[in-house]
Amino acid sequence: MAQTPTIARGGNSSAPARGPRNRAARTRRLSPRAIPYLLLVPCLLVIAALLLYPLVQMLQMSFQEVGLRQFRARNPLPAEFVGVDNFRQVLESELFWTSLRNTVLFALVAVTMTLVFGTLVGLLMHKLGPKMSIFVVVGTMAAWAVPPTAQAIIWKWQFDADAGIVNWALNLLPDWLSQAVFGRADWTGQPWLNDTLSIYFVLVVAVVWASFPFIAVSVLAGLKSIPSELYEAARVDGAGAVRTFWKITFPLLRPVFAVLVVLSMIWDFKVFTQLFLLAGGTNMPRDAFNLSVWSYVEAFNPPADMGLGAAIAIVLTVILLLITSVYVRQIVKSEDVR
Amino acid sequence: MSPTARKRLGRVALNTAGVAVFLFAVFPVYWMVATAFKPNNEIFTTDFIPFPLDPTFEHVERVFTRGVAGHSIWRYLLNSMIVSLGAVLVGAVIALLAATAVARFRFRFRTSFLILLLIVQMIPSEALLIPLFLMVRRLGLYDQLLGLVVINIALTLPFSVWMLRTFVAAVPKELEEAAWIDGAGRTATFWKVLFPLVAPGLVATSIFAFITAWNEFVFALTLINDSGNFTMPRALTFFIGQRSTDWGAIMAASTLMTIPVMVFFLLVQRRMVSGLVAGAVKG
Repeated sequence: MAQTPTIARGGNSSAPARGPRNRAARTRRLSPRAIPYLLLVPCLLVIAALLLYPLVQMLQMSFQEVGLRQFRARNPLPAEFVGVDNFRQVLESELFWTSLRNTVLFALVAVTMTLVFGTLVGLLMHKLGPKMSIFVVVGTMAAWAVPPTAQAIIWKWQFDADAGIVNWALNLLPDWLSQAVFGRADWTGQPWLNDTLSIYFVLVVAVVWASFPFIAVSVLAGLKSIPSELYEAARVDGAGAVRTFWKITFPLLRPVFAVLVVLSMIWDFKVFTQLFLLAGGTNMPRDAFNLSVWSYVEAFNPPADMGLGAAIAIVLTVILLLITSVYVRQIVKSEDVR
Repeated sequence: MSPTARKRLGRVALNTAGVAVFLFAVFPVYWMVATAFKPNNEIFTTDFIPFPLDPTFEHVERVFTRGVAGHSIWRYLLNSMIVSLGAVLVGAVIALLAATAVARFRFRFRTSFLILLLIVQMIPSEALLIPLFLMVRRLGLYDQLLGLVVINIALTLPFSVWMLRTFVAAVPKELEEAAWIDGAGRTATFWKVLFPLVAPGLVATSIFAFITAWNEFVFALTLINDSGNFTMPRALTFFIGQRSTDWGAIMAASTLMTIPVMVFFLLVQRRMVSGLVAGAVKG
């Protein structure tokens, strides 16, 4: 693809001989070598001004004291350099360990469950007849399309203490079973969104529900690209379903899984909207914070401490960039950027 | 058991699993819509009422007439529309220029640019919240829809370029070369040949960007204070943290917010998967 001359290179040695005069004149006016750079200028400006510059600024702020005194209307103080004070404060805060624990554990559980369930549904979609397969794909699309704010609201409603359908369904369990498994028979009025563990339980359910369709459809797309002869050969050789998956499907789809794992990690590590809304906004219990919410609360809730918020965000970004480098390498390796 | 019977049993099991997955995915959405059309006595009950026995438009009507947080929901739908369309229209032009550059030209730093795109896509937007908040305030765009438009352009641009470049690359170069030989200039070739062929891809990319901007919550929460400038996701949070939640109204509002996304979603679903896992899925 790189070797064939493109129209865009019209100004190179071969072009003037090919076309009418006026074009040669036009290309002389604007050096063709400059064209791609000119086309990139607006995009680069946006990226530089709104993504890279803020990133640098955030790094700078994490070493500064940027609080109320810097924002008051009358003679605001300049931001003061405080060295690693913010980071020390982050590491010494007991909120750091709870929110780091919440972030990491939630990501691990949610990513694992999303991937396992999504893959199983993808395999199921592949096995089903054509009509049934489309039926399931369209159904999962409904969950996938719901905006994150609405996801939170939908699940908040289903887990509502008094009129929620989950408590109604749990009440249907025979009393002896409910008693034996959960130690209680009556679920009416059970609040799900008051303590950290059950908030995260609901969050996992909501996130898995909203993100398994993407995994399932991606796996389905991958499965369709595997030649069916391989499966026939496996069947002839008497391989079972599990063995077929690990020996044929998984190795062939390894690159797809690599990208799916990393994307899910990124999404689940920084989950904000769903957690923030499910747990009740800034009034949520402090030990339910994850790193994103904690950073937001420190930076924007009075007394606002933006330097501290920035330091927390830096910690989150570093973790994410480490994970991301795997994804970037995978894409660069697959020759897609060359 | 005979082989055919076993096969039929397997089919039944698979289809049952299919129906179960369908119900798991669809039920919560159905429940949102059903609640939006139930009268309050069917909502606030410990009984299970599978569908509105006495369907009512009172909640839908209420969010339009009496409104949410002091304004009719029209206002928020309109605000969301302004922010999303504004971001998409400007973003699409910028993305198309950049995508043409990387898909049609070979130049130094091309690979570096693509890697830069990948990396900025991965910066968590939540992490940029604080500096962008300060920047927006300094520019006098705090509490203005324009501020959200600008932010959403930045949030959607890297992915738009990434997705669009595959569409530009898919247009055969021979077509442009033919126009070139026929004497068409560079601009004419772009508008008459490349643009019409890339248009479907541009629509798909724009819809994706639209959905992202429509759903954006964190910046709408931080950069907007006046309820007259709330977008839909921000307006919905008005209900959260209230002592007694008006579930009928909140479900009506959520349904209204979800409908446009769902329609668009069905249109671009296929391309979205290929865009996100581009490079990993071959063929």
